[in-house]
Amino acid sequence: MALPPPDPQFVLRGTSAAVHALRFSCGSQEPDVPILFSGSENGFIHVWNLKTHRVDTALDGHGRKSVYCLETMGGKDRLLSQGRDQRICLWDLAEGRTAVTDSVVTENVGFCRCSLLKLAEGRWLMAMAAKALEEVQVLELPSKTSVCTLKPEVGAKLGMPMCLKLWQLNCGSQPLLLAGYEDGSVVLWNLSMGKALSQLVCHQEPVMSLDFDSEKAKGISGSSEKVLSIWSLNEQQNLQVYKTHKLVNAGISDITIRPDKKILATAGWDHRIRIFGWKKLKPLAVLDYHTATVHCVSFSDHKNPSERLLAAGSKDHRISIWSIYTQT
Amino acid sequence: MSALMWELCQQQAQAGSPELQEALLNKIVCLPDHVSNKLQGKTPPVFFPQNYFPFLGGAIIQVLQKISDSLREEILSVLVPRLTDLTKSDCIWQRICWRLVECVPDRWMEAVVLGFVQRAPGADALSRLLGNLVVKNKKAQFVVTQKVLLLQYCHTTAVLQNLLGYLSLDSLRRALLIQVLQELLETWGSSSAVKHSPPEQQQYISKAILICLSHLKEPEIKSCRQELLTSMMEGVKCHLDSNLPQIRRLGMIVAESISLKINTDGPVLKFQYEEDDEARELKSLLVQAPPFCVVPSLPDDERNEKADAALPLVLESNKKSHTAAPMMPDEVSDAELDSDDDLIPYDMSEDKELKTKAPVYVRDCIEVLTGSEDVDKWEATVKALESLVRKNPAATREVSVELAKILLHLEEKTCIEGFMELRQRAQVAVLTTDPIPVAKYLTSQFYSLNYSLRQRMDILDVLVLAAQELSYPKSHGKTKHSGAQKPCIQLLPGSDSSKDWRRIVDERIKSKTRRFATGPSQVELASGPNEFNSVAGHFFFPLIQHFDRPLTTFDLLGEDHLVLGRLVHTLAILMYLAVNTVVRKAVTAMGKALLEFVWALRFHTDSYVRQGLLSCISSVLLSVPTERLLEDMTEELLETQSWLGDVVEKDPDGDCRRLALQNLLLMENLKKKLKTVPS
Repeated sequence: MALPPPDPQFVLRGTSAAVHALRFSCGSQEPDVPILFSGSENGFIHVWNLKTHRVDTALDGHGRKSVYCLETMGGKDRLLSQGRDQRICLWDLAEGRTAVTDSVVTENVGFCRCSLLKLAEGRWLMAMAAKALEEVQVLELPSKTSVCTLKPEVGAKLGMPMCLKLWQLNCGSQPLLLAGYEDGSVVLWNLSMGKALSQLVCHQEPVMSLDFDSEKAKGISGSSEKVLSIWSLNEQQNLQVYKTHKLVNAGISDITIRPDKKILATAGWDHRIRIFGWKKLKPLAVLDYHTATVHCVSFSDHKNPSERLLAAGSKDHRISIWSIYTQT
Repeated sequence: MSALMWELCQQQAQAGSPELQEALLNKIVCLPDHVSNKLQGKTPPVFFPQNYFPFLGGAIIQVLQKISDSLREEILSVLVPRLTDLTKSDCIWQRICWRLVECVPDRWMEAVVLGFVQRAPGADALSRLLGNLVVKNKKAQFVVTQKVLLLQYCHTTAVLQNLLGYLSLDSLRRALLIQVLQELLETWGSSSAVKHSPPEQQQYISKAILICLSHLKEPEIKSCRQELLTSMMEGVKCHLDSNLPQIRRLGMIVAESISLKINTDGPVLKFQYEEDDEARELKSLLVQAPPFCVVPSLPDDERNEKADAALPLVLESNKKSHTAAPMMPDEVSDAELDSDDDLIPYDMSEDKELKTKAPVYVRDCIEVLTGSEDVDKWEATVKALESLVRKNPAATREVSVELAKILLHLEEKTCIEGFMELRQRAQVAVLTTDPIPVAKYLTSQFYSLNYSLRQRMDILDVLVLAAQELSYPKSHGKTKHSGAQKPCIQLLPGSDSSKDWRRIVDERIKSKTRRFATGPSQVELASGPNEFNSVAGHFFFPLIQHFDRPLTTFDLLGEDHLVLGRLVHTLAILMYLAVNTVVRKAVTAMGKALLEFVWALRFHTDSYVRQGLLSCISSVLLSVPTERLLEDMTEELLETQSWLGDVVEKDPDGDCRRLALQNLLLMENLKKKLKTVPS
């Protein structure tokens, strides 16, 4: 007899706008408080204290335009945010400061979330959708120098890049980029040569979100249709479809694999969060709390496995926090 | 009698005895006298001289007919194949054949040429047999270019192929081919021909045009490109204007084919029509069939070899891709032994497809349909509207006209499957719930400015469906409205329904349930009263009132004859459904008005409209009680009868003639019925 799905551990209210981005920062030791950053449609970034469940600070850096991507750069003191005001802002939040130290103007009017990869201490790679329609630009941070611009071939008709993931097999190896496009394909790019290594048509509709497990060389992508596509990378750096999974309702906004690679969560347009086992994509749970589209899901980076949390932000202005499958 | 004479004639061919013939002839001629002598006054009428000799004459004609047929059959069916074989290889035989046909006297030329054309196995065979007869002989030319193509239409496609192929095979005759094409196009493009000639003839001409086109060569097409284009434009306009879908499709196919031939590069005309066997057959005529000759075997083998070589390559590449795919999953499933089994799934039975909730009140529906930005809610409302309206008749009655207005102007916001049907069903539900005000609204809108033809025809459809539903309360409007439906004679129960009503009312009072609505949907009766009768007038008269008053955007008697046709059919159905209307004056008034309407439009050029008018007459004859018909509408009936007679004889459309005949028979039956009923 299967148990009914759990209720959220707690719910964060108070953003007064749809929540588009979430990022945990719970890795630091006591007396530092576990933090959740949330980006809203009204342009604010809220810093939630996960002990008190209240907003500690609200950051206003994007001119009241929607914030749709958040990344932490080594701890809770350095934050990167991306907004619809065509800017990517770098924040310094140490010691109570709330200052934007630097910003990158992307000149891109789309919704593609940028992707960060730590190369070395203090050196980062960031991939973002560029000004031209089909291009992706990769910058080095904090120097903001352009590493390469990835242009699809003439006539490829991939459309806008919809989602990006920078990764490298281990520290020091070649960084690679996986990009999901409007036409439903996922492309693997080699950054040093600026060339596409492999292209795979995963969906009939635009790829809304993707995530990749570099250890297993396996990735998953979701689209506006009813299908989740799982693909893998073989030794020749070729993408191949591994499996597809049919959903009950169409539309996925976000997918994320838990850092321990055991489970993954999807945020659905049907207001539900679905949990799957990553090894075989076994459906594990359907969390039905929200009353509108779920825009983003994020797993926490707690050091203690039993404290791990899952957060989901929705159009109904709420953030639900769940504690699920923490025993493994 | 004719059998006897036929026997005699056949015997004539062999040597029969003249005496037997003499005796038989004598007997035949004197038969009446012999019989009357024997029977002495009890002679059957056929043997009276004035009847007998005409009968004998008729029998003689029959025999002569048989003789001529057999001659034609026998001679030509033997002659043509032999000549075909002989002329195949031998020039001299060809010349002999040509001389033979050239010497045929004019009065038999038609029969001979026709016989050859029908029996020749192919165009080149015909060419060998007839040579340049059409160029040399005027009569033959007339038969081939005019008579067979334009004046007759009973021949098969093969005959057309033979004939036109024959014309195309020789340079001397090709001029005739072009001339023929021009004349065919003239006929095809003439609007009076499209309106008045039977569909079979139009199809025949279209086939001929397509075959001509398939034989034309580049330089010829170039020289008459402009003419072809002009004729095509004119012709396609007349064809598309027609109400009969078959004619429209013929026009489209021919126009597409002409456009294909004259625009070899660049965009060609492309229509959308139903592709069935007939369309495919017509299109296949445009491609010239390969000439009927023996192909030397060597090229065949080469071609076959290449095809065989291509196949294995394709198969190989298929195999490769198949072997690649199954590799991956096999590998992976072996490796994953420590599975997710330690993760226990939760109960996911609640995970179902998401459905947006539709409003529960009719007034809420109005709000959603007029104002709401929420597309999902709009969709759900459209889907749920019909059942809501039916379940809440009282609430619907309060807002019926407003709802009807909204539905009439409702446009598809998102792509819903079956939107048109959903909307129509909701409209019918509203109309049946509150007939009189909504009918008033809809009929007034039918004649208003600024509606599209589609919307006006939708109004007519909704009125008919609602009328059907009101008159048969059990079947909730599931039947589709088919335009030219001949109504079947079906009497609706009228008299015993009142007793059932009383019983139901008594029961309700006893059980003390309060019901606000007494609509037919809630009554479980074996027969229900005809709800339509009380409101029939409200549906009918407003529609018939303004048909001759043109508006700036809508002219029933002018261009919009498609809508006129639909209106006429609608009136016929409404009249039919008003059978058993209790108030006598109402039904008589309706019948009279309808017959006058028919009289005013009886010479309309469109056959669809005429068919509708004839259906109207049927409806009047079936719906109005016969006594009323004969007493109050005698003059109208007489006028109608004379018009029907005209239609049976002279109308070019087969369906019209048939309907008119049925009406005349119906009239006769009704008159007889009255006579047999003792008054």
